[in-house]
Amino acid sequence: MTLSDYVAAPLLIFGTVFFLAGTVGLIRFPDVYTRLHALTKSDNVGLGLVLAGLAVQAESWFIVGKLMLIWLLVLLAGASIAHLIAKGAMQRGVQMWRR
Amino acid sequence: METLTLLQWIFDALTGLGLLLLAWRALASPQLLRAIVLFVAFGLLMAIAWVRLDAPDIALAEVAIGAGLTGALLLAALARLPAAEIVQNGADQAGNPNYAVRIFVWLPLVLLPIVAVGLGYAVLSFPPSSEGLSVEVAANLDKDGVSNPVTAVLLNFRGYDTLLEILVLLLALLGVWSLGGLPPRPAVPAGPVLDTLTRFLTPVVILLAVYLLWVGARAPGGAFQAGAVLGAGGVLLLLAGWRPHPGFSQLPLRLVLVAGPSLFLVTALITIVMGRSLLDYPPERAGILMLFLETAATLSIGITLAALFVGERPRDKGN
Repeated sequence: MTLSDYVAAPLLIFGTVFFLAGTVGLIRFPDVYTRLHALTKSDNVGLGLVLAGLAVQAESWFIVGKLMLIWLLVLLAGASIAHLIAKGAMQRGVQMWRR
Repeated sequence: METLTLLQWIFDALTGLGLLLLAWRALASPQLLRAIVLFVAFGLLMAIAWVRLDAPDIALAEVAIGAGLTGALLLAALARLPAAEIVQNGADQAGNPNYAVRIFVWLPLVLLPIVAVGLGYAVLSFPPSSEGLSVEVAANLDKDGVSNPVTAVLLNFRGYDTLLEILVLLLALLGVWSLGGLPPRPAVPAGPVLDTLTRFLTPVVILLAVYLLWVGARAPGGAFQAGAVLGAGGVLLLLAGWRPHPGFSQLPLRLVLVAGPSLFLVTALITIVMGRSLLDYPPERAGILMLFLETAATLSIGITLAALFVGERPRDKGN
């Protein structure tokens, strides 16, 4: 293992932990709004950490740029689509969860 | 190394089982919307399977066309099926089982094992490792202007396959247009988020399509993937409420739709007239010719896919 591997491994592992947490939230949370919250927050950070881990190991700056571009596009699309789904649910009268 | 192989084996097994599960759930789901979502998930997992099989070209096509655009087309079709929720698996509106469906249930039950045994036999009878035609493709790569073997096969060695695929796409659109009488899509205001997202993504989508087209000569990519990305951009624009200027929706639209197929056909005719065989390009011009053909094909594929999403034939100016 080289130095970059030691830097990359924790990033990748933390990233997958975030994905796991998001998935658990998606399954366990009670309504569409809280599920969206779990999914988008953790996927954005999880993907960011995974891509950071891959960027550390990348062979060239070109690949680092591509990985950054992927993250930015997923951030943008994920946030927008979460908003659109939540808006659609509001318009259809889906009630928010109350304890 | 041992643990890595084991991990890969587990990953592949999970992917395969997940594919079977998703396929079953998509087919068995009584709710059409759920079935479509499961089908899209199936497409995404299928793309991962293609990547694991070292076929990134097919993975790109699967994700763009199989999951993305087919999913959008299915959702567009679902939105126009007001009665779709009533008709559920093999039952009519009153919930009585459909006897035609019930009688033919045994048919797949008989056919499936036969197909499965046949496929299993075919797969097991393959030699464990075979080069197939890859040696010949590699040997002829220098004659044909591109260094990506997949593009070389699709556009040059078997260019007529691609020509026929593009024609099939055009025929599909003509079929949809001929159906006619589709209820128009209800115009939903896009809202600021979708509007901003679309404005930001449209140039990115066009850039990505051009990149995929350009890089297809050397690496995974090419006309179909680029066209699918372009079509997806069109779908996004249409969802955000954009409509083409009426002046572009008649002759210019039709010209773009037939640009790819007709350029292919003209090239095929010219190669025959020159005394070569069908779509057998002169080696010294093959690279530039294929770039032209692919550019026209990308435009046609993209616009055809977006037009399929719209569904209805553009109205004449009179009505």
